[in-house]
Amino acid sequence: MIGEISPGLVIIVGALLIPFLPGKARNVWGVLLPILAFAQFMTLEAGSDGLIDVMGLELTTIRVDGLSRIFGIIFMIATLISAIYQFHVGGWLQHTAGMIYAGSAIGAVFAGDLITLFLFWEGTAIASVFLIWASQTQRAYSAGMRYLVMQVGSGVLLLAGTLVHYGQTGSIAFESFDIETTAGLLIFVAFGIKAAFPFLHNWLQDAYPEATVTGTVMLSAFTTKLAIYSLARGYAGTEILVPIGATMTAFPIFYAVIENDLRRVLAYSLNNQLGFMIVGVGIGTDLAISGAAAHAFCHILYKALLFMSVGAVLFRTGTAKGSELGGLYRTMPWTAVFCAIGAASISAFPLFSGFVSKSLIISAALKEGYFWTWMVLLFASAGVFHHSGIKIPFFAFFAHDSGMRPKEAPTNMLIAMAIAAFLCIAIGVYPAPLYAILPFDVTYHAYTVEHVVTQLQLLVFSALAFTVLMRTGLYPPELRSTNLDTDWFWRGLGRSVVRRLGSVSGRGWGALAANGSKACWRFIEGVYRRAGPEGILARTRPTGAMAIWMTLILTAFLLIAYL
Amino acid sequence: MPADRHYTDRHPDILDDVPMKEADEPKRWLDEKRNVNKIVYAVFIISGILLAIDPLVHKHGYFEIEHWFGFYGIYGFVGCVFLVLAAKELRRLVMRREDYYDDR
Repeated sequence: MIGEISPGLVIIVGALLIPFLPGKARNVWGVLLPILAFAQFMTLEAGSDGLIDVMGLELTTIRVDGLSRIFGIIFMIATLISAIYQFHVGGWLQHTAGMIYAGSAIGAVFAGDLITLFLFWEGTAIASVFLIWASQTQRAYSAGMRYLVMQVGSGVLLLAGTLVHYGQTGSIAFESFDIETTAGLLIFVAFGIKAAFPFLHNWLQDAYPEATVTGTVMLSAFTTKLAIYSLARGYAGTEILVPIGATMTAFPIFYAVIENDLRRVLAYSLNNQLGFMIVGVGIGTDLAISGAAAHAFCHILYKALLFMSVGAVLFRTGTAKGSELGGLYRTMPWTAVFCAIGAASISAFPLFSGFVSKSLIISAALKEGYFWTWMVLLFASAGVFHHSGIKIPFFAFFAHDSGMRPKEAPTNMLIAMAIAAFLCIAIGVYPAPLYAILPFDVTYHAYTVEHVVTQLQLLVFSALAFTVLMRTGLYPPELRSTNLDTDWFWRGLGRSVVRRLGSVSGRGWGALAANGSKACWRFIEGVYRRAGPEGILARTRPTGAMAIWMTLILTAFLLIAYL
Repeated sequence: MPADRHYTDRHPDILDDVPMKEADEPKRWLDEKRNVNKIVYAVFIISGILLAIDPLVHKHGYFEIEHWFGFYGIYGFVGCVFLVLAAKELRRLVMRREDYYDDR
């Protein structure tokens, strides 16, 4: 008995039709799908549904409760905005991959058991890599491969944890886990990879900036926030998450300050924003979990808005590097305005969305007496304004004039940005509807005199610091560069080790192959001598033997190259 | 013009060359140095006002430090200066040329 269908599946099934639609209809269908999914979601009642019996295991494909509701809603809004933003993209591949990716993320949020979660979890990994590969550059191909290894690795750990959990408890329900158990730890690391925990984070900064203009917008919305949802579901109140999250808020911002590629700056700042949510999940009180959910909701909107505006710049100028850009406000004023709205929202300026959501987490830290965590979050909040709030709009649209006078972004991009910008301001000005869909009933007043003034002090003095550093020439210039991060261990050190091993074993193989083929030749010559010139077998043997040896050598090289 | 431009999406509006500045372009408000100075002074003045009204705001802070005069402003300023100067030092350690990974 199937019962209801997951809203995620509505989008995935719909996505499979996209290749068969002509260009314009593809766009209409792309907008319709999230709306259809939302209509389906509205028919669902709180509780579990969509039960499927598979080999004696009962899968719960739909679970609607406070936590899955808020994440499901924002995922559907993000799908709609991304669909509009990619109207201009030709071909069906990106449209289809994007929709399957979004549908998988929504399906995972509504999953009530670990097997369903795993299936959708891998769905997000596999569908999303096409958004990176669609850039069709060598860099994107390699980055996509590295991304896929991490994402599928996360899925494998999730599956392993699920099996151990099932073996020990006989249950596949996706409820809260104990990190002290083997299963709990495996699943924790699986979630941690997708949530970009410190040292597991680098796939994010590596791959997102290599994706297409439109692909990065989608990527920024789903994968990591699915991980936040999963942690909130499985590990709320797990103490270790507080220091992990606090580290995440602080260390990426140092990289964000010196990074030149503005989309990579945004990826570092995405990592920092996830840290706030992880802290909320770790604190685990009703206020903190609600804060994490609310912040994820707002974050998806303003981060997508920032990625969309920088994407529009990349689309029009062919570069997103701070060192090459500047002065674009003259010909791209709307994009500049939308970028500034996203910047104000991520910086948590009063009247913008970040202000009403981040403060829930910070107050929860205050209330529970996490002094040092609170100090780090405050430092990170000031830092966010510095690198995302000021740096992104400043170096793209102002700073020194690049002399470029590109056209304004295409209409569909402007519409998508306008919707996101409107929501950023609407939530900031009138947060009641957002607070109404929080997973827990919390009363919180964001707009007190104290809160507004202290937040403005923090932000304006950060702006003051930027101004002073700029004027005194202390601010580091944007330089074309690569900054080493943890990916160095496999892209730098790892590769040179493998290459060295490869050359040694390659020589070994070469010698072996040479001796081997000599022995073969001797053997074959012997056969030839014995079988005589008519021996058909003797004539085909040499080519056959060489082919086999070549295959072996090539396979060995291939294996070493892929290691 | 950036030498390594690459387009990641095809769109009929994409031009092969990004239009560049023309000689007779009218000056914008921000092109005047003294107008930029006005913005800088505005930041100074707003900072001053926010610091001045600090004692007037009734604080309910959970931690003692929140009640210190101008704590949020000073912490934000010091934090950001530290952030930027530390990041600058970080460059010595982690910065490589742009194509560092490409030819390896």
